Amino acid sequence: MTPNAATAASATRATALPVNWWRRGGYLAVALYAVYAMSTLEVTWERFVRGIPQGAKFLGRMWPPNFEPQKLQLMREGMIESVEIAILATFIGVLLSVPLGILSARNLMPAFVTWPTRSVIALLRSFNPLIVAILFVKAIGFGALAGVMALIVSSTAFVSKLFAEAIEEINLKQVEAVRATGASFLGVLAFGVLPQVLARFVGFTAYQLDSNLRNSTMVGIVGGGGIGAALFTATQRFDYDFVLTILLTIIGLIMISEIVSTQVRKLFQ
Amino acid sequence: MTVTTAAAALAQTLPALRIEKLNKAYVADKPVLRDINLEFDGRGITAIIGPSGTGKSTLLRCVNRLVTPTSGRIVFNGADVTAVRGKGLRKLRRSIGMVHQEYSLVERLTVIENLLTGRLGYVPIWRAWLRKFPSADIARAHELLDAVGLGDFANRRADQLSGGQRQRVGIARALMQQPDLLLADEPTSSLDPKTSVEIIDLMARLASEQNIPVVINIHNVELAKRFATRIIGMAKGTVVFDGPPSALEDKHLAEIYGGQSWLE
Repeated sequence: MTPNAATAASATRATALPVNWWRRGGYLAVALYAVYAMSTLEVTWERFVRGIPQGAKFLGRMWPPNFEPQKLQLMREGMIESVEIAILATFIGVLLSVPLGILSARNLMPAFVTWPTRSVIALLRSFNPLIVAILFVKAIGFGALAGVMALIVSSTAFVSKLFAEAIEEINLKQVEAVRATGASFLGVLAFGVLPQVLARFVGFTAYQLDSNLRNSTMVGIVGGGGIGAALFTATQRFDYDFVLTILLTIIGLIMISEIVSTQVRKLFQ
Repeated sequence: MTVTTAAAALAQTLPALRIEKLNKAYVADKPVLRDINLEFDGRGITAIIGPSGTGKSTLLRCVNRLVTPTSGRIVFNGADVTAVRGKGLRKLRRSIGMVHQEYSLVERLTVIENLLTGRLGYVPIWRAWLRKFPSADIARAHELLDAVGLGDFANRRADQLSGGQRQRVGIARALMQQPDLLLADEPTSSLDPKTSVEIIDLMARLASEQNIPVVINIHNVELAKRFATRIIGMAKGTVVFDGPPSALEDKHLAEIYGGQSWLE
């Protein structure tokens, strides 16, 4: 091939890896906006440096953690309540998510069923669990019930969407084969659909329990019961040594739940 | 006793399955099946051959109504099944066993659970959910597993089996339904030649032992000639050959598949 022929050929071909000016413009716009937002919110290096001594004092007052028996008793009660809130909310939330997930799976249900169900799920998903907890505390009063209700809402919203997506990814040939035996819809569900998604459902449930354990330490801050109340009070009273005790315990709890959920998932592979 | 003999006599006089003027178009004006007329009596193996995309699968699926025909009649066991719904449709399906392409076992269920799937059209739904099948069904499942040579595999998960073993389970699942007709849609398409012969042989043997007529869609013409008592050739959505294997000549194959060069 002569050099001339090569240039002629490359002229007719599309350029490899063309420059996308829209995308470059997009990156630039995001970077400019970030700089602008930092300037309006006083997110500056100078402000950060000004905060350092305060942070050092805070950390210094945390150590050593407070292990007074009276404090430990307070924490134990709070932690037990938090764990109960998490387990109850996960259990009820998953129970509600199974039918919602099935009803919103577009490969099993007609559009007039999936649409309303998906709208309900989207509505449940609109707020952060903390905001839902505030609403429940205002609606039904202080205490663990408000926390449980708030986490049921967020668990159902999240898990039912995951369930629906898992169902939408199943192998429909296997489902058709079960349908061809003359099975009713519930029979197809029990033998064609659920076996294919059960392991993933268990995985999602373990994940949600993990997430609820974290969230249940938080709902107490707004009056939804659990360790969050004690944590919030401790920060308000500058009992930073007790704050550290609570934080360490939460870390321990989350680690244990991580180990347990890994083991549970292995069982259901 | 007299009832069964009378039924047997009836089965011999009436065609088990009659397809009249069957048409199917998934998209309007693009018919997949065009004016199919066929009769099947209550015995033997019928092989349907023809190129891919010619409507063989659709034809089988119209019979057990996984696909709803656009027009025409399908008379099975004396009743028109083209319009049945709900419970009637489930009763139709349970009386027709189907062996699927690529096995279509529920991979995460055990072998015996896959077999018991064949009883879902019969047992109450609570039994299915609680896995409490009648002991007669479980006994039958074990017998069938022995018959297909997988007696030791009852509690294995289906995804641990080889292709040939899976298709044996597929056959056993279809027979669990105690069907009056067995449909097989390309049952050997993903199997090696030796296993393909074994699978068709097994299906033919079990079906003839239980007097169940079989209709097989199959790509392998040699295999069709070897086992079938009747061959139906389809091309472009219509039947272009219908007769015994001995009558199937190269000119018919040329008409079914088109072209000549591959026959030489």
